[in-house]
Parts: sequence; structure tokens; C-alpha cells
Amino acid sequence: MAGAEQPLPAGAAAGRVAPGLARVWPPLLTLAALSVLSVLLALSIGSVHVPLSGLLALFGSSADPLYYALVIELRLPRALAAFGTGGLLAVAGALMQVLLRNPLADPYVLGLSGGAAVGALGAMLLGLGALVVSGSAFVGALLSTVLVFGLAHGTGSWTPTRLLLTGVVVAAGWGAVITFMLVIGPTERLPGMLYWLMGDLAYARSAWPSLTMLAVACIVLAPLGRSLNVLARGPLQAATLGVSVRPLEWTVFLAASLLTSVAVITAGTIGFVGLVVPHMLRLVFGADQRLILPASALAGGSLLVLADIGARTLMAPEQLPVGVITALLGVPTFLYLLYRSR
Amino acid sequence: MSTLRARHLVIDIPDRVDGTPLDLEIMTGQVWGVLGPNGAGKTTLLHTLAGLRPPRRGEVLLDDQPLAELRRRTIARQLAVVFQERQDGFPATVLETALIGRHPFLSALQMETAEDVMVARQALSALELEGYEARAVSTLSGGERQRLAVATALAQQPRIWLADEPTNHLDLRHQVAVMHLLQRQAASGRSVFLCLHDINLAARWCDRILLLYPDGSACWGDTESMLMPAALEQLYGQKLSATRLDGAPVFVPRLVDAGPPGG
Repeated sequence: MAGAEQPLPAGAAAGRVAPGLARVWPPLLTLAALSVLSVLLALSIGSVHVPLSGLLALFGSSADPLYYALVIELRLPRALAAFGTGGLLAVAGALMQVLLRNPLADPYVLGLSGGAAVGALGAMLLGLGALVVSGSAFVGALLSTVLVFGLAHGTGSWTPTRLLLTGVVVAAGWGAVITFMLVIGPTERLPGMLYWLMGDLAYARSAWPSLTMLAVACIVLAPLGRSLNVLARGPLQAATLGVSVRPLEWTVFLAASLLTSVAVITAGTIGFVGLVVPHMLRLVFGADQRLILPASALAGGSLLVLADIGARTLMAPEQLPVGVITALLGVPTFLYLLYRSR
Repeated sequence: MSTLRARHLVIDIPDRVDGTPLDLEIMTGQVWGVLGPNGAGKTTLLHTLAGLRPPRRGEVLLDDQPLAELRRRTIARQLAVVFQERQDGFPATVLETALIGRHPFLSALQMETAEDVMVARQALSALELEGYEARAVSTLSGGERQRLAVATALAQQPRIWLADEPTNHLDLRHQVAVMHLLQRQAASGRSVFLCLHDINLAARWCDRILLLYPDGSACWGDTESMLMPAALEQLYGQKLSATRLDGAPVFVPRLVDAGPPGG
């Protein structure tokens, strides 16, 4: 302290500690390349193997009609839907982890996905239109968020145990409601509806809602990155550093619910993507949200595309729900994180 | 020059009568120390002065403007708070943590500049945390985290310091160093307002003292006039022995004929 005026150690322990634009782009470009690669793999691998040259030929005039139907009409929409869904879930997870200051938060574990599924299923059983189904899923996810945050917060702060218990119980409750709806639902629609429970991309109809929402989320959240870094230090600290805590928290609440509900409408309740992806990224790149949020979009998308390749091929010709694959990755990660947390 | 002023201020502690409304000005160059037993409302007062809690009555003025009407960002450019309890469970490095002190000065999409990084590094170095930049906060000891919290506030370059027990968890040398740092901040034209447990730190380093009683009454004034053994004994419900050492009063609990607290 006496030596407060002494010159600074030049570049001591620089490297990954000083954030800057130059630090953000290399990881994002790497992950973008990984994303393209994963989608190409998804187009190539399957019951019929399409070599890279075959993929390239599709864009030329000499396109093989069989390949065209297989790749452009079947595999591409599914791969893009997987990418959008995975990205949405990973960003939603990263947002919730900041809001709760807890790396264990995840839309599936905390029951948001379940709430969205109940909302969507309920609207479908009532025979309501697609727009109402989407809105209802969003309301379900939001209700879940408010329940978990409200109950777990109570009078004190969010302790990990209390938060997880609340989330797990709420998620179990939604699971029971989904089962109930499936039982009273028309039998002939049962196979098609089960995917809400396990998460299955075979039923994804269109990739555009999830991809559009993912792009919008990245653009809207970009200016909030540093404020989220500050919010991660707790609401009081954030307020003294100039963050309008309540509006920011509500933005994040709404964003996490919205992203989760679009993901659920696309592919049902796929678990643990929001847990695994931000965790892995933080291990490699640190906890700066300006990098972690866009990186989660890319890495979450890639992960789900790769997981879906596994789901399609591991037991071929049988198809697994992709939720089984993500659970195989997610459950050990979750347990490891829980073990490490105090 | 007055910087932070409490006008007829009554802090909001549930189930407590209003007590003495606070009318005080924290002037440039002053170091204020708040003393009081557990639960007297020291932390609540500090949070109210920072605008983090609404007062029950009265108002807090920052340069004659009510705090409640100012944007948080405007306040954050003037005033820093060192909290007693921190939530640093979320992963971050030491330098990243100090750098968030620069947050109020950067626009939404702006990245920290080289100058911001320099300010943060200087703050870390002033708290003897150089070489810790890349360490994860979770690996630091309690005292190191406390110094990091002070360094983060220092990186904010505030005109007004509000610090809740800034010497918590610190060894003797770092206690002195932090108090010395705060005193130098005041000497260079800032204002400092501290909640303290240790009467002797207050006696040595503060020039204004506020005594806060559990029933909500309060009195304040020069350190010399406030640190009367009788007043302090009543404040803490504890008999004290007083002496002078190195030009400052020193108080220690008296153990002979010590009755039960309050007796």
C-alpha cells in the first residue's frame, strides 16, 4: 500500500483477463465455423450417406433429385431447427444463470420448459390455433419463472438448494400435468404428442421461428452484456454501479421465458442444453457475458445439431428422442456442478 | 463543500419508532464513522444514503438534488459503496471484478479501454493485489475478497465513499492500509462515510462520528467530542476503560465488575 504509486508490472498476467473486442471475435468465429461444420455433418450423415461432393453438387445444376429431396427437404430443415432450438436453450440457460448467480440454473431443470409444454399442450387439446399455442407456451414458461423465482426468493436470498428444490418440484408438477393431458388426449395423437415430454426434433415443423428468435435475441441482448456482468455480482452491487436492476431483471426474465417457449414449441422439452453449454464456454472463455451469450447461441446450436445426428443414427433405423442424448451429457455435468458447489 | 446531505432523514427499520431525524452534511475532506451495536441500523443507514433503500421520512441530497430523482448511473459516477456482504459466487477473475468499477463510465456497447484496464490495475495494486489479476475470485481468502471490494470501489473513482465495515476480515496491517487509503481519499477532496465496529479505528481515522442507538436515537459531531467513555458505554451496554496512545483515544472493554450487557 505504501508502494501504491509504483509503476505497474508490465503486462502481468494479461491474456484472458482483459476483455476487449479483439478478444471476442476469435472465439465467436471459431464457434461459427463449428456451427457450419455441424450442419454440414447433419446433412451428410444418416441412413444414406451423402458425401461432401454430393452436398456441393446440390447447389450446381447437376443435382441428384434423390439427394435433393433427402438433404434439402428432410435433413436441412431438421438440422436448422436443431440449431435454433439448441441456441435458444443455451442462451436462456446463460441468462438464468446470471439472474440467479448460479451456474446450475437451466430452463429444463427449473421447470420453464415444462411450463411452456403445458401451455402449448393445453392450447392444442382445446383445438386452438398456432398463434394461441405459442402465446400459451410463453405464458406457461413465464408462470414457471415467476413461481420459481418468487418461491425460491422468499424473504432471503436465492440459496442454491432452495432454488433447485423449488425448480425441481415445479418441473415435476408440470411433468405430471403433461402426463395427465396425454392420458385424456385423443389416443391417435398420443405418439405425436409424447415428444413434448422427451424432446424430439423429428416433429419439428419449421426452423424459422427458432432461428429468427435466436437472431433477435442476440441483437437485443448485445448491448446488455456488460450490465449482465455487473448484475452477476448481486442486485445491490449492480445498483451502485449504475444498473437499473429491476428493469434489467425483468428483461432477462421475459427473454429467458420467451426463448424457452419458442424452443419448446419447436421440439418439446429438451433438457440440459442450457446447463452444459454455458458451463463449458465459461471454462474455456471466462464469464464475460458479452462473449458468453453469443457464444452460447452458436455452441448450443452446434451441440444440439450433433446430438440430433446421434439421435438419428445411434440406434438406426430406430430414432431416439434427442432429449435422451442431451440428458446423457447433462445429468453428469449437473451432478458434477452440484458436487462442486458449496 | 457539501456533497451528500441527509435532510430530516429517518431510516426505515420495521417495528422501530422514528427516533432522531438525521440532519447532517458529509463535506468534502471529511471521514465520518458510524458506531453502534449490532442491529442499530448502521447498514440500513448506509444503504439509505446510497439510495438503495427508500427512507421512511426525509430525503438524501447529492449536491442539492434528491437522490431519488437521480438516475442510478448518474449516482454511480459520484458515489461508490463497499458492501459488508458480497455475492461473488458467480465465476469471475480478480481483474474482471475490479473492472466492473468502470461500468458507470462506459456506454452500452463500449468495451473497456486500455485506460480503464489501467485504472483497475492501479486500484488492485493500491490494495496489494497485483499479480492476482487472473485468479478466480472464488479462490481468494476473505481478506483478499475484502480488499478486492475496496479496489473495485477505488476503480470507480468516486467523489463519495460509503463503506460498510471496510476492515472486515483484514489483518492488522491491511486494516491500517485500508484506513490510510480512505483517509488519503478524503485528504484529496473526497468524502468518506464508514460503518465501523472498532471504536479505536474510528478514534484514530475519523474526524466526525455518528453514534446510532438501537432505539433509533442518534447524535453526531467531532470525534473528540463524541468519543466520551460514558456515551460509548451507554451505546454498547458495556463498561469501557479508556486511555490515550499515540495521540488518539483507545477504548478496551473493562472486565472487572462487568455486569450483564445493558446492566
